[in-house]
Amino acid sequence: MRFETTFDRCGRWGARGTGLLLLTAALFAAAEASAQSFTPGGDSDPRVGLGAGWLDAEEASWNMDLVANLPKPDGFYNEDDPADSRFVNSDLAFQDDLVFVGNYNGFNIYDVSDATNPSLRVSVVCPGGQGDLSVYGDLLFMSAQETRGRIDCGTDGTPDLPVDPERFRGVRIFDISDLDNPVQVATVQTCRGSHTHTLVTDPNDAETLYVYNSGTSVSRPAEELEGCTDVRDPNDPTTAYWSIDVIEVPLDRPEDARIIDSPRVFADEESGRIDGLFEGGDHGEGTQSTRDTNQCHDITAYPEIGLAAGACSGNGILFDITNPAVPVRVDEVIDPNFAYWHSATFNNDGTTVIFTDEWGGGSAARCLETDEPEWGANAIFTLVDGRMRLASYYKLPAPQTETENCVAHNGSLIPVPGRDIKVQAWYQGGVSVFDFTDPENPFEIAFFDRGPMSDDELMLAGHWSTYWHNGYIYGSEIARGLDVLAVTPSEDLTQNEIDAAKLVRFDEFNPQHQPKIVWPADLVVARAYLDQLVRHDGIDASRAEAVEEDLDWAEGQDDGPEKRAALAELATQLWDDARSAEADGDQENADRLRSVAGAILDVASSMN
Amino acid sequence: MRTSTYSRLAAALLLVAVVASCRSIPEEAPPAPRTVQPGAPGTQGQVVAPQPGSVIARDRHTEADVRFMQNMIAHHAQALEMSSLAPERAHRDDIRRMAHRIEVSQAAEISLMKRWLERRGEEVPDLDAPHGAHAHHGHAELMAGMLTPEQLEELASATGPEFDRLFLQFMMYHHEGALQMVEELFSIPGAGQETEIFRFASHVDSDQRIEIGRMSRMLNADG
Repeated sequence: MRFETTFDRCGRWGARGTGLLLLTAALFAAAEASAQSFTPGGDSDPRVGLGAGWLDAEEASWNMDLVANLPKPDGFYNEDDPADSRFVNSDLAFQDDLVFVGNYNGFNIYDVSDATNPSLRVSVVCPGGQGDLSVYGDLLFMSAQETRGRIDCGTDGTPDLPVDPERFRGVRIFDISDLDNPVQVATVQTCRGSHTHTLVTDPNDAETLYVYNSGTSVSRPAEELEGCTDVRDPNDPTTAYWSIDVIEVPLDRPEDARIIDSPRVFADEESGRIDGLFEGGDHGEGTQSTRDTNQCHDITAYPEIGLAAGACSGNGILFDITNPAVPVRVDEVIDPNFAYWHSATFNNDGTTVIFTDEWGGGSAARCLETDEPEWGANAIFTLVDGRMRLASYYKLPAPQTETENCVAHNGSLIPVPGRDIKVQAWYQGGVSVFDFTDPENPFEIAFFDRGPMSDDELMLAGHWSTYWHNGYIYGSEIARGLDVLAVTPSEDLTQNEIDAAKLVRFDEFNPQHQPKIVWPADLVVARAYLDQLVRHDGIDASRAEAVEEDLDWAEGQDDGPEKRAALAELATQLWDDARSAEADGDQENADRLRSVAGAILDVASSMN
Repeated sequence: MRTSTYSRLAAALLLVAVVASCRSIPEEAPPAPRTVQPGAPGTQGQVVAPQPGSVIARDRHTEADVRFMQNMIAHHAQALEMSSLAPERAHRDDIRRMAHRIEVSQAAEISLMKRWLERRGEEVPDLDAPHGAHAHHGHAELMAGMLTPEQLEELASATGPEFDRLFLQFMMYHHEGALQMVEELFSIPGAGQETEIFRFASHVDSDQRIEIGRMSRMLNADG
């Protein structure tokens, strides 16, 4: 059944349903035939000029491979209109070997225990958009914002206006302890619905979970939901605009989840005006027109460092979340190139934060050759003493066509030790992996891209989100389903660095609830640092070779005093090398040498 | 340009794969996954069985949605007409900039609305038709915030600070009309619930509110 469906959908759009062997042979031939020189974004960038199609668009990739694609399941696409926005695939959440893919019509849960051969586990129908998901233990959280959303997950919409008791806009909570039969346990109604939400844990209270809700659409009237008012006036103290919602979830009684506060996080401290931040409009000649700050679009919490980055329409905001029930604004920035502050990602050290600008709302072609490279891009800020300072912009280097919706969108870190690397979705611009270790000089190191859905018209599609999880990159493609991608070694990323990244495992991963990455004690981590040292000319070739030989030897030994002593000795030598490098004024390579030494010591001290 | 850029870049040899799609054809069919529809809290859900190619969703749009899009195209078209007057007549740079911005964003939205209608097999208003033809449709003249031919003429014949003031006043009035159209859409039972129109109408609402705020400040700055 599945075979036929997949086959038909591919065949109908022109691809040939040849046997697997023939197809594989063809792939090899294509890859070899097209080996060529280019610079990302340069004139011969292979992302330019890709052939169009729904499930048979031409593809280009560099330093990464698409290892699997599962088109959207039955009931979640419209074969007469593959861009039908009722069935948009949206954001992702991860638990163990499960990938939860949000959809405007519900969500789908995939089993990725074999990532190269994912399978659909269960489809859940529950319309309301955008279907932003987070998972926490047995609970799955889902955003709903549209007026068609119903408490009972029904598909008929809500006929009665302005008040319909069956309407649901807010955060749904499902019990997924029986994965094949998710049950709604709570529906937290909010005034402006839920566009995105963010889980926030309290390091001092394991019994309570917090959810920051970002509603971005029109508020409903008090007649429909008590406490709401559809008046959009900052002088009206009851307005649902100019706030976020803080939801408290008692984990032993999730059915009691409720909004505990809708703090005025944009208020001006001195005047007390609730619309204290950006008022909307441009910033002068040649600048972008920026939305006003009456909402956050998305918030990324990083509880380990006690901070959250709020991408809040007209501003980028830093919140202190050491008390998650009371987020406190500690810094905010504006940017004359930003149209709409959309999402955020911290680096692992919490010294850099990336904000994205969703210029055009995601449904417009904003990666044209003629577009300003700072518009619809990422802005990368350094974080010093809780203050943000702009370091640079990064935009998908390859221009896209007028029929491809494209702008900066969601991504996550790839956990390579010693470096800051992010994989990011750019809608029909595809997937871009870039290094921002030096926040002032980000550069691309891998990509994957498909041709447009159509050469004739812009059909909404492309990657909504791409996140690294336990060794692979998972992509939620709006119209084309679930993608699984693997990064491959290159000059800019060695096999050791990839292997070290693969050591990092999370039982649960919600990208907007950013976890601290800690690498386990393993010599491949040392090898990754050593590769970085070599890349930056921080070590003689012969010395590097000798260190590698020592590591090879150690890997061939059983754990024991002899191995431990040898590793400790090697680490000590490298530590001395670091001191020399420092004396020579090469601080960066001194740090790298210490990282190699530290990773080796970790292994030595982890032995019994 | 192509050659010079190319030769300037001493790029390393990079392996690039440009391949066709449809690679995940399963060798054998796995067991069919379940599709479930949960119920309200406290109730059990049900198993549903979608057929290949079927959709589990209500109809896409209503007649009111179609009317809204058709009318908004004509409404936006008048904003373009007003904005096109600014480069020659405006006194202040920020007015010219605002007019340009409105022109760019509303032209893009007109394309979006046309696409929306075309994809649903609905009639797309012909903007190239002479003004008289608009009147025959009966919508354009009735829509909130639309300027009368006399007001348009008044704007077109103004220049300098007088144009600036009129432009701001008329455009704010025009934008208020768009907000009213959105409000009306959402007040019609069943309307504005389709994803795309919900998003579009919400964007019109927020974008034009910001522009009204900005124009209001510009008007005040003028004294």
